[in-house]
Amino acid sequence: MNFKKYLLKRLLLAVVVMIGLSIVIFVISRIMPGDVATMALGSTATEEAKENYRIANHLYDPMLLQYFYWIGGVLRGDFGTSTSTDRPVAMDVAEFLPATLELVVMAAIILVILSIVLGVLAAKYRNTIVDAIVRVLSYIGVAMPSFVIATLLLLFFGHVWKIIPVLGRLSYGLTAPATVTGFYTIDALIAGDIKVFFNAFLHLLVPAFALALGGLCQEARIIRNSMVENGSKDYLSAMRGYGVPEGKILRKYQLKPSLIPAVSCMGMDIASLMGNAFLVETIFNWPGISRYGLSSMLGKDLNAIAAVLLIFGLIFVIVNIIVDLIVAGLDPRIRLGGAK
Amino acid sequence: MSNEKTPILEIKNLKLWFKVYKGYSKVLDGVNITVHQGEKVGIVGEAGCGKTTTVKSILGILPEGQYVIPEGEILYKGEDTLKMNSRQLGKVRSGEISMIYQEPSAALNPVFTIGQQMMEVAKNSDQGKGKTKAERREMVLNAIRDVFIPDPERIFDYYPVQLSGGMKQRICIAMAIMTQRDLMIADEPGTALDVTIQDQVHKTLDRLVEERDMALIMITHSLGVARELTDSINVMYAGTVVEAAPTAELFRKQLHPYTIGLMEAVPRLAGGGIQAGIYGSIPDYLYPPKGCRFAPRCPRATEQCLENKPELVDVGNGHKVACFNIEEV
Repeated sequence: MNFKKYLLKRLLLAVVVMIGLSIVIFVISRIMPGDVATMALGSTATEEAKENYRIANHLYDPMLLQYFYWIGGVLRGDFGTSTSTDRPVAMDVAEFLPATLELVVMAAIILVILSIVLGVLAAKYRNTIVDAIVRVLSYIGVAMPSFVIATLLLLFFGHVWKIIPVLGRLSYGLTAPATVTGFYTIDALIAGDIKVFFNAFLHLLVPAFALALGGLCQEARIIRNSMVENGSKDYLSAMRGYGVPEGKILRKYQLKPSLIPAVSCMGMDIASLMGNAFLVETIFNWPGISRYGLSSMLGKDLNAIAAVLLIFGLIFVIVNIIVDLIVAGLDPRIRLGGAK
Repeated sequence: MSNEKTPILEIKNLKLWFKVYKGYSKVLDGVNITVHQGEKVGIVGEAGCGKTTTVKSILGILPEGQYVIPEGEILYKGEDTLKMNSRQLGKVRSGEISMIYQEPSAALNPVFTIGQQMMEVAKNSDQGKGKTKAERREMVLNAIRDVFIPDPERIFDYYPVQLSGGMKQRICIAMAIMTQRDLMIADEPGTALDVTIQDQVHKTLDRLVEERDMALIMITHSLGVARELTDSINVMYAGTVVEAAPTAELFRKQLHPYTIGLMEAVPRLAGGGIQAGIYGSIPDYLYPPKGCRFAPRCPRATEQCLENKPELVDVGNGHKVACFNIEEV
């Protein structure tokens, strides 16, 4: 089958992209102004201590060699020490990344489900009030940046109608479950603590929704439009003419070809959720890696910046590979591209 | 049992308007077509004259909510398909009538395999309903074999993109003949194909219709194809049937000026090129002519033609024509 070849090609391409990204990140972090040793040890450090630091960290070696020392460390999971938290960057990442991933995964689930539901509804009841409502909601959702939505939701659920907790990952008084995956919801399930699970789940809802809304609205429109476009295709008339039930035609034979354009778009949106998360994380006091990345940028914490960028890049690439595989799975014309 | 004279399908004065931005596009303007059991009926006419719309309205598969039918009835075995509820219509669709679509690449869903689509059709057909999956698969494979495609097991797992145009058209035919039906509608089954394949497809279709004693409605804009494959011909112009007659009779004598124009537009093997044609084009369906729809292009048009719509009347020998001025020929 061509499928394996396709996957291999995509993986090789991903490796090339990651190598390129690591070079760019490394070069930028090294040509930034300022003495690394001073930044690491503070302005009161003695000249001798700085000199030892430079030698220990290979700062006198050629750039190319420095890159290999750095990338070698990265491949072993050693991103260096954060100058702002004074801990290995890897430890910080391990602490903050799962929080953001949990948020982004939840946002992605909301995005996929709601955009399909809204898109299908709008297409099924096109040119009726349902379609009009979905259209107006989509325009609002696309036009409003996520931080505005986030602030409004925070105000609404935190002040006006307090049915869902909105700040942090867990309510006060509850202890975080033992870390296995770093996802509070999953860890709570593993620990068998239903109360913590529901609490963590509820905490996820509002921030994830705020994060997902922009992409969700856009994809709902795309799905609606391609559903309507495909609705008048002969292959659906044919299925109808052979007595296939209307509901099955809609759910299966109309939806599948209509998802293809939306899925590529969803991929890009979900991948960029990582980067967009920092505003939402800041507003909802979510201890995630986006917020960590932002504060390390403000504090010129080079090792942390490099690690965060590299991880974001890696996630972006992985999400895109997954999306490409889904699209290839949906569309035989891509999967069999070379066959004809 | 089969009585040649029992009508299986009667379309009576069917009017159909599409909703468009500016109002109604009055496409069908009183179509009258009768199909008898086991009869092969051709519908001939230029592009855009409502042939496909007419046959799609039989099964009720025009895009929902985008059209209205102000008048007319479609009697299938005596019952009006336009008045049927979805369950009754479902019965007609799953057991009585099957249709082959004009464009084979558009009639097959690009993201499902041939097998998946045909299995779905089999599952929803009267004959496939009680059967097991394996039996249905056998039905599908037999149908593919019936249209002369070698190696049906391989084709079963193919996607439409992997097939050529002729193969796709044959798959569409296979889908239509997979189960025993009483009426088959073939909407220009050869148009998308080159002539040699077209001929094969027509012959396959003709053989299967004969073998299974089905009635056939064949839409075509080729008079040659109609002459070869049909028992009677309906000539459509701008949403009405202007002339209807047994095939031999129609080729012997044409009465309606439009039919005469059509015949004259056919190039002759004997040479001399196309002798004449029909000037102008079909009318704007948003603002159709008040009287006879052919009047603006007709060499014989009179005051009467511009004011009144001629009825389709029998002039003997089963020859029907809708024209006020046939005597003057």
